[in-house]
Amino acid sequence: MEIFGGLLHGFALALQPVNLFWCFVGVFLGTIVGIMPGLGPPATIAMLLPLTFLMNPASAMIMLAGIYYGAKYGGSTTSILLNVPGESASVVTCLDGYQMARKGRAGAALGIAAIASFIAGTVGVLGLMLVAPPLARFALAFSSPEYFGLMALGLAMVVLLAGRSMVKALLAMLLGLWLAGIGTDLFSSESRFTFGRMELLSGIDFVVVAIGVFAIGEVLANMEEATPAAPLPIPKGLRNLLPTVQDLKDCRFAFAQGSVLGFLIGVLPGAGSTIASFISYGVEKAFSRRRDEFGTGVVEGVAAPEGANNSETGGALVPLLTLGIPGSGTTAILLAALVLWGFKPGPLFISDNPSLFWSLVASMYIGNVMLLVLNLPLVPLFAQVLRAPAYVLFPIILGISMVGVYSTSGSLFDVGLLAGFGLLGYLMRKLDYPSAPLILGLVLGGAMERALRQSLMMSEGSLSILVARPISAVMLSLALLILLIPLFSRVNAWRQKLLS
Amino acid sequence: MRLRSPDLWSGLALAALGGYIVYTARGWEYLGQDGPGPGFFPLWYGIAMLALSLLLVFSQKEDQKVEWKGAGRAFATWGAFAVSVAVLQIVGFLISFAVLSFFIVAVMYRRPPGVAALVALGVAAGFYLIFPLALGVALP
Repeated sequence: MEIFGGLLHGFALALQPVNLFWCFVGVFLGTIVGIMPGLGPPATIAMLLPLTFLMNPASAMIMLAGIYYGAKYGGSTTSILLNVPGESASVVTCLDGYQMARKGRAGAALGIAAIASFIAGTVGVLGLMLVAPPLARFALAFSSPEYFGLMALGLAMVVLLAGRSMVKALLAMLLGLWLAGIGTDLFSSESRFTFGRMELLSGIDFVVVAIGVFAIGEVLANMEEATPAAPLPIPKGLRNLLPTVQDLKDCRFAFAQGSVLGFLIGVLPGAGSTIASFISYGVEKAFSRRRDEFGTGVVEGVAAPEGANNSETGGALVPLLTLGIPGSGTTAILLAALVLWGFKPGPLFISDNPSLFWSLVASMYIGNVMLLVLNLPLVPLFAQVLRAPAYVLFPIILGISMVGVYSTSGSLFDVGLLAGFGLLGYLMRKLDYPSAPLILGLVLGGAMERALRQSLMMSEGSLSILVARPISAVMLSLALLILLIPLFSRVNAWRQKLLS
Repeated sequence: MRLRSPDLWSGLALAALGGYIVYTARGWEYLGQDGPGPGFFPLWYGIAMLALSLLLVFSQKEDQKVEWKGAGRAFATWGAFAVSVAVLQIVGFLISFAVLSFFIVAVMYRRPPGVAALVALGVAAGFYLIFPLALGVALP
């Protein structure tokens, strides 16, 4: 009843014209920010922060949160249409989303991404509303060994992202771990693998590698054909552009598991939407009846990561509002905003500021509806991008990639690295190395090393700490089980052969 | 061992990288008083990389084949892209990007120079209008 009353009060506030306006501004800006590679929500929120001092805190929070979850909607657009991930969590969407676009199903992919985002975003808000305090306490039980277990579980997903060769997938993942290790070691200040370059001291930005390997690699692979390839097919009529009923049926499990997993991972500070999308994709593939088709344009391969990516937003707000712990760059800026406006995020935040909390929750419901209404009609418009001839489209992709990388770091050295990673992406494609494990290793490498070293510090060098704690033991066992799946299937195939 | 096998050469390259990682990591502290040092994690993934790449080298499949036809065009495009990145600081993004676009349209896709010039000017102008003017995002 308390929740129902709070929600009604929140809707009364969020439906005020001024709050509706700022909610729209937030989700609209967020969608644009998500589409533009490199221009992420943290930078946008940081830029807009000074402007919010003149606003009512509730309206300001509604707008900033709108940018945060709106960017998750927009991030899939360039992944699907151009194979350029708009933001890090959309990398996984490239795997099947772009393949769907190549098959003439760009509209369906964009539509499924929007619907998955809507469902998962709503689930995320429900989770934030109903289970915020107990889940926040559970997240507090996560220490370094548990984080190491989670990262190991994430890395085990390499099995599910592998192409024809498991050895090559593992090598790509190890290459990602090495790239993640480049830079200054935070524990000892030792500079590692920097080749004497000052620019590498702060490490290699994830965006540079992801855009280089996926977008530039794709352009180079397409350039092999001397005759310009025909523009990608786009079916005529809105009905043919949107997902079919069969698509929606196929995505039922993806919508559900993506929403729940994304929210739970979001609650863990530091885990983030990129990990959520990878794990959700891996789970979807593991349980799918057509797992062999993943990576060739399967609609569930878009729904699962997009759902997880959006639901994570609601989850990430749980530790922020109930414990005052930001789990990502964006939530750290939101925390700064709350503190600057005079609030104290923590266990008493919801009871002390019911109006702010419930208006935020209600505005997120409204924002999700706005995003669906905004995004679905735009699907045909976005799909028109694919009508551009190859000789116009490819220079544009190269240009967007350069600007995206430069806008993230402001470094021309990073633009140079982009060219290097583009060549790497092309060679990986030619030599049949899957690129997703490289990104997985890069995303998880730093956090995994940090968690492992902190765990070993806690136990004074004893590895037993990783299996002595129940949560980490369960996660490590699951990771081991996933890694052994290919071995089991090989033994099974061998037994079948012997029997026959 | 098939000398033309792509797995052989990529495996050897990765083995060399794994060897370099192990060699470099051995120069850093492995376990100190405060716990694992900066060499701890790299040493283990370096060893794993070395082992897996050697496994790849020695377990090549007979049917491994890479179609290199057309790769020259991809490398030429990459070369042009790399040059345009290298001259960014000297000529700026708009000129460098317009020349790269002209090269792709006129040389790689054999479109008439007029069309190439139109595309090059159009995309460069579009980038200028969208990024610095509309969004306030600085160009490289």
